[in-house]
Order: sequence, then structure tokens, then C-alpha cells
Amino acid sequence: MGKRTIIPFGPQHPVLPEPVHLDLVIEDEKVVEAIPSIGFIHRGLEKLVEKKEYTEMVYVIERICGICSFGHGWGYCGAVENAMGIQIPERAEAMRTIWHELSRLHSHLLWLGLLADGFGFDSLFMHCWRIRETILDILEETTGGRVIFSVCKVGGIRKDVDNDYLKGIVEKLHAIEDDIRSLTTVFMNDTSVKNRLCGVGVLSKEEALDLCTVGPMARASGIELDMRVGTPSYQKLGFEPIVRTEGDCYARCAVRIGEIFQSIELIEKAVEEMPDGPIEVAVKGNVEGEATFRLEQPRGGAFYYAKGFEKGTKFLERMRVRTPTNMNIPAMTKMLQGCDLADVPMIVLTIDPCISCTER
Amino acid sequence: MDKNINAIQDFREITASELLPTVRNLKEGGYRFVQMCGITQDDGAIVMYSFDKDYEMTNYKLHVKDGESVESITGSYWNAFVYENEVHDLFGIEFLHSALDFHGNFFKTAEPTPWKKK
Repeated sequence: MGKRTIIPFGPQHPVLPEPVHLDLVIEDEKVVEAIPSIGFIHRGLEKLVEKKEYTEMVYVIERICGICSFGHGWGYCGAVENAMGIQIPERAEAMRTIWHELSRLHSHLLWLGLLADGFGFDSLFMHCWRIRETILDILEETTGGRVIFSVCKVGGIRKDVDNDYLKGIVEKLHAIEDDIRSLTTVFMNDTSVKNRLCGVGVLSKEEALDLCTVGPMARASGIELDMRVGTPSYQKLGFEPIVRTEGDCYARCAVRIGEIFQSIELIEKAVEEMPDGPIEVAVKGNVEGEATFRLEQPRGGAFYYAKGFEKGTKFLERMRVRTPTNMNIPAMTKMLQGCDLADVPMIVLTIDPCISCTER
Repeated sequence: MDKNINAIQDFREITASELLPTVRNLKEGGYRFVQMCGITQDDGAIVMYSFDKDYEMTNYKLHVKDGESVESITGSYWNAFVYENEVHDLFGIEFLHSALDFHGNFFKTAEPTPWKKK
């Protein structure tokens, strides 16, 4: 048995855009144990629900994260709408679906760039982010924001987009599809990239089930788990999750790449079947009950809970957001056990950690 | 699948003595642990546990009075350590026999146990 050493990984590290810390217990360049630490930048956003009216709170919730901000807004509004028994119009539901898939597109392209940067392929990183700009431009044109959109509201959405304009968005997405395909071919086929990803950080299906992983991480280990399966607006589009069985870094990358093309298809179908009609319903009264809401964020299933006071006030008693990274950190520490020290950055990156979400 | 996962709203009360047997049964029954959170009450807090199987989620609410401790569920769901440490640091609730206890060092907050009723 070699000498054991503890190497601190983070909270500041080149592959980590946000602070998370790992104590890596090392023996002969192999990780024996990894102990995670989070909580460096806990912001207490959930507690702000005591100071913000339930209709205003959506602006706070959207600011949990700059990548999945739309999904957070949708999740919060969904929980409040469930608690109040509000049924939003079909057009609002369809528009939410389109914006959510655009968010997934830009999130996955951002992640691919970060992964390329992590294994030292900087030109690939820049191309990923160059293409991502087109998605951000579409979001800016349709919502007015590139990071925080503020289009979701309790009862529907704030802005409508003309049907012809939506068809133009599909054309723009098809125009960048070839670019994305040539990029992703490098991720899937380049020998140097495969050397860094194949067989690294393997998480078996049994382990993934036992540790309750979510999102692309679960689907790369053979688990067909995707909240979109149980979401009516996706059921109309014939959604089926993309699943791989290898459970390694390569499979997690392949699932996200598959989801990029799938998102483009979903947006195209949603535009084709876009119903006409109102985009919001009137919201009256206060939240008196409680309800949960779940949706599939780019990083995995997220949970939202809203609870009003018994007598009903304009404030909520409790608001809870459980983000995907919360669920994937335990599995990450398991995957790190037994890996080479040099593979730690790849394993950490392929869970696509969002510390901003975790530190809500 | 044609069901709407968000149409199912299942909240149940649970007592401290029922917690571990229920959680063990859920684990053996193939349920996934979804989340756990605290809800501040005048006399303590409610700890809410959520579990899911086949996209159907059940939420169990455990009323914890001030000064009471709760048995850890990390024996069945190891990954619950993230939430138990969070609830401990924000609500001041002790979890007994935890598989991974950070002893109050999980969240670094300027004010200790900010959610606990003062």
C-alpha cells in the first residue's frame, strides 16, 4: 500500500467555473476517496420568498442560474399554478416548451465547450461557443434577454412570438445544424478526445439507480428517466429519452450531443403544431394550498415546491427548489473512487455541475 | 406514457417511529429519493421527504419539534447526506447516525441556522 496523501481540488480550479471543493485522498496517483464540500456561496434565495410577493418571486427564482434560468421560472410558476389550480393556455405551454428547449441547446453547447477546454482542445471550445451565440441571439430576439428572460409569469407568459417569426427560428436552427454536426463528430470520433472520455468515470446502471442520479448522467448509465416523458406539452411532440448504456464520460457526452439534435426536432414540431389563442389567464387571489412541480432541466430533473399560508397572503410560506446537481454530487464522489488523478477533471466536468443552482 | 407527472400531488404525514421502516420499504420497493427540505413552524419544523417511482411522487411530512432529533435515512439512501446536512445547517435539526455528517460545516452562512424560528 502506497502513502496516502490528501489533495485539495477546488474551490478555485481551472476546470471549475464555480466554487466546489473536493478532498481527494490519493494513493499511487489513484483516488481512494473523494469528500465533497459545497456551501461556499450559499445565497439563501429560497428565503427571499418571505419578502417578495408570489408574483414577483419568479424574478428571483430565474436568477438562481444563468444557464437554466428559463426552466427555473417555469418550474416556480408551475408549482404556484398547481397550488392555485390554474390551467395555463395551450399556446403558453407550447411557447414555454420552445424556450426551454432553446435553453437546453445553449446549455449543452456551453457544456461541450467547457469539456473541450477541460481536455485542452481550445479551438473546439471556441467553435462550440461561437455556435451557441446563434441560440443566444434567438433568445434575445424573442424574449429581450440573453441570460435572464423574464417571460414566464404565474398564469402563462409575458410575450408572444409571431408564428412566421417562429418558422424563421426553425430555419436558423437548421442553418447551424451542419456546423453542430461537424463539431460533434470531433467529440465522438477524434482519437485524442476518446482517449480522455472512453472508459473513464464509469457509473453502472445499478449504481446510478442506487444513488438516484438524474438527467444525462442517469440516461448515460442506461436509465430511461426524463421528466419530459410525463409532461403533456412534450407528449404531444412524441418525445422519447435518449439513452446510452456505457455509463462513462463518453456516454454522458453522447447523450448530450443526441439531445442537441433532439431539441432542434422538438422545437420544429412545436412550431408546426403551435396552437393559436391567448398566452395567459387572469390570476386572482392568493396561494392557500401547496403543490410540487417537476421538469427536466438541461442537467436533469428539477423539483419545485410552493406552499402558501393557510389564510392566504400575497407571500408564500415556503418555496423549495431542488436542482439536478444536488442529486448528481453523491454519484460523482462514487465515480471518483479508483480513478486516476488526471481523470478527475473529466469526471467532474461530465456531471455538468452547476454550483450556482446548488447554492441557490 | 400519457400521464401528467405534475397532476399527481400526494402529501402524507409520517411520525418519527414510522420514518425508517417506511424509507426502508420504499428503497426495497424501487423508489428513488427525490429531495428533502425543511419548512419552518412555530414550534419547530416540518421535514418533507419526496420519493418517486414510475414518475409518481409521494411526499412525506415529519413534524419535528424544537430540540428533537431525526434518524438519518442515509442507511437506505446514502445520497440523502447532501440534504440532511443542508437541513441541519439551515434549520438546526440534528440527524442521528448519518453516514456522512459534516457537523455544521456544509453550508457557510453568515448567520447560523437562518431558517430556525428565533
